Amino acid sequence: MATDPDTPEPLVRADGVDLRIGRTQILSHVDMTVGRGEIVTLVGPNGAGKSSLVRVILGLLKPSGGEVWRQPGLRVGYLPQTLSIDPVLPITVRRLLALAGPGAADKTQAVLAEVGAEELADRPLQELSGGEFQRVMLGRALLRNPDLLVLDEPLRGIDLGGQLALYDLIGRLRRSRGIGVLMVSHDLHIVMAATDRVICLNQHVCCSGAPEAVSRSPEYAALFGPAAARRLAVYAHQHDHAHDLHGHVVENSKAAGGRA
Amino acid sequence: MIDDFLVRALVAGVGVAVVAAPLGCFVVWRRMAYFGATLAHSALLGVALGLVLGFDLTLGVAVSSVAVTLIVVLFQRQRLIGSDTLLGILAHSGLAIGLVTLSFLHGVRVDLMAYLFGDVLAVTMGDIAWIYGGGALVLATLAVIWRPLLALTIHEELARAEGVPALRVQIAFMLTLAVTVAIAMKVVGVLLIISLLIIPAAAVRGVSRTPEQMAILAAAAGGLSVIAGLFASLRWDTPSGPSIVVAATVLFTLGLAVGAVRQARA
Repeated sequence: MATDPDTPEPLVRADGVDLRIGRTQILSHVDMTVGRGEIVTLVGPNGAGKSSLVRVILGLLKPSGGEVWRQPGLRVGYLPQTLSIDPVLPITVRRLLALAGPGAADKTQAVLAEVGAEELADRPLQELSGGEFQRVMLGRALLRNPDLLVLDEPLRGIDLGGQLALYDLIGRLRRSRGIGVLMVSHDLHIVMAATDRVICLNQHVCCSGAPEAVSRSPEYAALFGPAAARRLAVYAHQHDHAHDLHGHVVENSKAAGGRA
Repeated sequence: MIDDFLVRALVAGVGVAVVAAPLGCFVVWRRMAYFGATLAHSALLGVALGLVLGFDLTLGVAVSSVAVTLIVVLFQRQRLIGSDTLLGILAHSGLAIGLVTLSFLHGVRVDLMAYLFGDVLAVTMGDIAWIYGGGALVLATLAVIWRPLLALTIHEELARAEGVPALRVQIAFMLTLAVTVAIAMKVVGVLLIISLLIIPAAAVRGVSRTPEQMAILAAAAGGLSVIAGLFASLRWDTPSGPSIVVAATVLFTLGLAVGAVRQARA
């Protein structure tokens, strides 16, 4: 595993993970790792087991077979899918963040600035929009100084501009703090442009690798249909070759190498 | 000069209300009112056990409440019987078994109404010792589990992913609830205990911005309900326990109105 000098220090690793609930096979023989400073995205159709895999990796579900290894002392920041907090509980943004962990109260304002949500500090949590809520929850996760950030469908209910801003933010945090990021999405093309490695999941790992390579693979086309694959390829092309008007081909690994 | 029995009633009642209210906030936030009602109803079984076996009734209620709590936790693992059904069975079988057991006690004259609706004007110094001793234990436990319990209440899965020991914290909370029911029985009776937990908490929701604020305001609302209810009971010669609950309900209505006015201005 650690023989390749380019491989980042692993934070979590799943080895041959199987998951059955009742008689239903949810995951079969899934291998994956997330390393420090790396953005890994899980894509797959509805019901492919993406959230289940995340929950196995977080230790919320016990795998029926295989093993999950977490770096000892690993600190995890988690953004679950749910976008709401029950209004029966009164709580402001500031109070929620102060409860994130020891010493969190002093760093609240700084972290809100980092996620661009300073003006939200005294608002009740239940009054925030979807995008605002995600930023606040991301800030809360950062207050815990995570080594690994896990985001389950972070784009639900956020408009396109908000989605791009959130990805931009996650990319910057990865660089400034060197944290590993594991994301789940079924929203394909934006994800692909902002990620180092894509894992295509449909109960098992269909294909994985750099976004460009995955989008060209036949397994990917089979899973999402040729139209989706084409749209994705076009998007990646535009992104990588924006200045290349003379037809010079820039290799994807160089073009996308944001973390050298 | 105010009579001794009234002073004792005030001291006991305010003590119970101040302990019950912060716990009641969690009952409200976690939507556990029916669990509280189950503890309260089955408390009569504890009373019967205490009388039959000849030990302190508060202790008897504490034991039966802890037993009910453990049964509920154990049954959470199975899915064939819904939790509301299970709570309904425990609540009413506990009450029924308690009543049947009490009917066998020919030698003992049991004032059933005192257990069902409370008799705060008859509290003794021993009862007050139970209330303040047990209450201090409850509040100390709540202070220790406050943060993890709040994290679990805000988002259980998130809290578990961050390493909060969910089962231990939940059991600790349910046990403090069981102790609270035991010490509150004397003041409002088993049928009305839940009202001291949930009504003050619900009354101040509209005027609270943080969980801590709501807990403190709820304690104040609970204490005020006890004082108002007791004086009303004395003034108009009404039963003390129900009078306290009526006072709390009046506060709840006021709280709703204030909350609505605030909302309209915001």
